[in-house]
Amino acid sequence: LQEKEELIEEWQPEPLVPPVSKDHPALNYNIVSGPPTHKITVNGKECINFASFNFLGLLDNEKVKNAAQASLKKYGVGTCGPRGFYGTFVDVHLELEERLAKFMRTEEAIIYSYGFATIASAIPAYSKRGDIVFVDEAACFAIQKGLQASRSNIKLFKHNDMADLERLLKEQETEDQKNPRKARVTRRFIVVEGLYMNTGDVCPLPELIKLKYKYKVRIFLEESLSFGVLGEHGRGITEHFRINIDDIDLISANMENSLASIGGFCCGRSFVIDHQRLSGQGYCFSASLPPLLAAAAIEALNIMEDNPDIFQTLQGKCKRIHRALQGISGLKVVGESFSPALHLQLEESCGSRENDVKLLKRVVDYCMNSGIALTQARYLEKEEKCLPPPSIRVVITVEQTEQELDKAASLIKEAAQSVLN
Amino acid sequence: IHHIVHNGGLYKKPFNEAFEETPMLVAVLTYVGYGVLTLFGYLRDFLRQWKIEKCQNATEREEQKDFVPLYQDFENFYNRNLYMRIRDSWNRPICSVPGAKVDMMERVSHDYNWTFTYTGRVIKDIINMGSYNYLGFAQNTGACQEAAAKVLSQYGAGVCSTRQEMGNLDKHEELEKLIARFLGVESAMAYGMGFATNSMNIPALVGKGCLILSDELNHASLVLGARLSGATIRIFKHNNMQSLEKLLKDAIVHGQPRTRRPWKKILILVEGIYSMEGSIVRLPEVIALKKKYKSYLYLDEAHSIGALGPSGRGVVEYFGLNPEDVDVMMGTFTKSFGAAGGYIGGKKELIDYLRTYSHSAVYATSLSPPVVEQIITSMKCIMGEDGTTFGKECVQQLAENTRYFRRRLKEMGFIIYGNEDSPVVPLMLYMPAKIGAFGREMLKRNIGVVVVGFPATPIIESRARFCLSAAHTKEILDTALKEINEVGDLLQLKYSRHRLVPLLDRPFDETTYEETED
Repeated sequence: LQEKEELIEEWQPEPLVPPVSKDHPALNYNIVSGPPTHKITVNGKECINFASFNFLGLLDNEKVKNAAQASLKKYGVGTCGPRGFYGTFVDVHLELEERLAKFMRTEEAIIYSYGFATIASAIPAYSKRGDIVFVDEAACFAIQKGLQASRSNIKLFKHNDMADLERLLKEQETEDQKNPRKARVTRRFIVVEGLYMNTGDVCPLPELIKLKYKYKVRIFLEESLSFGVLGEHGRGITEHFRINIDDIDLISANMENSLASIGGFCCGRSFVIDHQRLSGQGYCFSASLPPLLAAAAIEALNIMEDNPDIFQTLQGKCKRIHRALQGISGLKVVGESFSPALHLQLEESCGSRENDVKLLKRVVDYCMNSGIALTQARYLEKEEKCLPPPSIRVVITVEQTEQELDKAASLIKEAAQSVLN
Repeated sequence: IHHIVHNGGLYKKPFNEAFEETPMLVAVLTYVGYGVLTLFGYLRDFLRQWKIEKCQNATEREEQKDFVPLYQDFENFYNRNLYMRIRDSWNRPICSVPGAKVDMMERVSHDYNWTFTYTGRVIKDIINMGSYNYLGFAQNTGACQEAAAKVLSQYGAGVCSTRQEMGNLDKHEELEKLIARFLGVESAMAYGMGFATNSMNIPALVGKGCLILSDELNHASLVLGARLSGATIRIFKHNNMQSLEKLLKDAIVHGQPRTRRPWKKILILVEGIYSMEGSIVRLPEVIALKKKYKSYLYLDEAHSIGALGPSGRGVVEYFGLNPEDVDVMMGTFTKSFGAAGGYIGGKKELIDYLRTYSHSAVYATSLSPPVVEQIITSMKCIMGEDGTTFGKECVQQLAENTRYFRRRLKEMGFIIYGNEDSPVVPLMLYMPAKIGAFGREMLKRNIGVVVVGFPATPIIESRARFCLSAAHTKEILDTALKEINEVGDLLQLKYSRHRLVPLLDRPFDETTYEETED
């Protein structure tokens, strides 16, 4: 007993958190005064916003704000309960779910109150311990957390490399033949994103569908960036590639990009979606979406349906700036020509990630001082499975005029010249 | 006999908590009830399989019939055969502010709850005993709503960026300073979702090689955060300090399993008020243990912030303790502030660390501006800074309502769990049939209640849970109590024999360890 007392006396724990240096790049946030719209005031300077994911410019749309105001007058701000316990409001939540299902032409949709929680709760609801998930290397952090929570076997395949994926599927097939009983109850899933946040390119969906039927794997598609961007009417990558939406088992997206609201949704067939109403953790154990945000999303959806030409306009602007940013010495453009979220990476790294980050910060500061608000893409360096290289994020919105796009491109060129040479 | 704990002066006022034992007859009947339902379930499944009964479930696509089935049959057994029958007690559609009284859309089912249709009628003025509206801030008029409307027209509804990129508005900075002042801590940080606050910040604080001691009845968000962190998890019995002390001693003396190396840090996860039991954490004892064994305390005040304490500062103020003793104070804004989101408060080093390494700051959107404004206005009101005593009155009204309501229910003879001062009041139902019956009978009498069964509670301990609010006047409570009395007689729910088991006699046996695999 004496020994035990001594051991307890001697034991010293680590401090709860290690100290963070004062000039850690992530510690000093940019302070935005006022709304983060097209013209944004960052750290006191007025700039043009090339950093917020406000693709369709709906953040300060009057109609959207009025719809949210009406909902605020009727319901107040919070819902004071989860969906199961008096937190389901008929003309916001149920209406939004119906509208989303109709817009995406699926049977049912389910809403979450936080974008990150959407895919992070959807994956563990279906995939459990012992199931197999094939996921792209460049998948975003929310998907990684969903996979971690599901405790399934994760198999990463090289980014957009269908041959690598097929190799893994074939390996799994041979494994199955050794143990057919186990194979009959092991579920398999492929998780891909429509438009990847980390690399700005699209997944080859037609090939994935072929692989799906050949190897009997279900597909979960994460469309946060491509919803409201790709396709004739903004329905996402399934419309872009003209694929039957029923071929995708689950589409998940967040409403924080094109719809300029908060929250996320999943849509698909009732057979798949209804399960989440009892086993989606972020749905059952969390308060429902505040009504004013849901009303804003409904109005944004209305605007999307009434003006299908904004998608073409957005794509035109993306192509323009993509062309304009080519050929900058020292920086290369990463992303498809029609992707509204591009990355600018250093052509040659200067040795360490820390120095790269510092160099890019100087480019960003140069641009901010001259009136273009940019930001570096932020990652948790120790937690990511496949950490992307440091980059500057350039976001194109429908509100930016051609002069502004050209100005941004020339400014970035200038910044690169002065900082990198 | 009530057992009142003083524990050597750690408690400044009596800590009055009781969990009456389940009567033996009731337990047996409950098991019988579940047995009958299970048999019927098997029978119905058999009939559905042989197509004698129509199958109402959604089914898999024709093209994917030869895929591995998405759900195993037995996983959904409970869902199909038990939950479906009483499904109308949940997901009730509302069409007004969730205040003290609420309007509900009436719905009927012609096929035993498989599908619902709206009759078109709106049931008005249902007494709302289910929404988490402790201080009555769920309003669509008043100062809070006007401030939120102004901010909405200026800032818009969304933010479209993460905190570390372009989503840090001046409003967020204002909010965080206010929260720090409200709680009495050095610094605070706000997040967009209460659930996500736990599941994204616990992994940032602890990792492999650390130990998490978590209460038996912790919320799903705490459990998920603990699992995602990769630390070893050990569970101690609900609110049981001997169990916690034993685990702490063993952990320090024996070290990590297999390698015997000392633990890097020990984190204790507790909640302020447990929402299913209505119990309040024994905070003075937990803090004494924490100091003795040099571990860290993470307090989740989702239900207790605003609801406990003479000025609504939560469970720390309720016990008269120093907020600096709690290392991580976490809470949500959904319940007492009528908004959405969560916060973490603590020392400046902690918050600086979280600003840099929290998953939410890097990858998730920040709070929406009108929601932030609602929190700011309601918090100022509770603190009395808006120039009125409205906030203080609400806190006092809630405390009075709690004591009155609990006393009257106990007098009527129901079994009520939990602490005398907790505004969450669970009323035991036990039998599966009574779950559905209670919900429906109360709705007929225009009172909306929340009933919970398995898997949120142990299988025989299903209950109805009342959430009191400062917005409930004495008349509303009296009406509700009268109806509950009637329904209690109708359904024979008055099980209490006034034989309250003294708290320390609750059998304490060897704790079980639950460890995560590597």
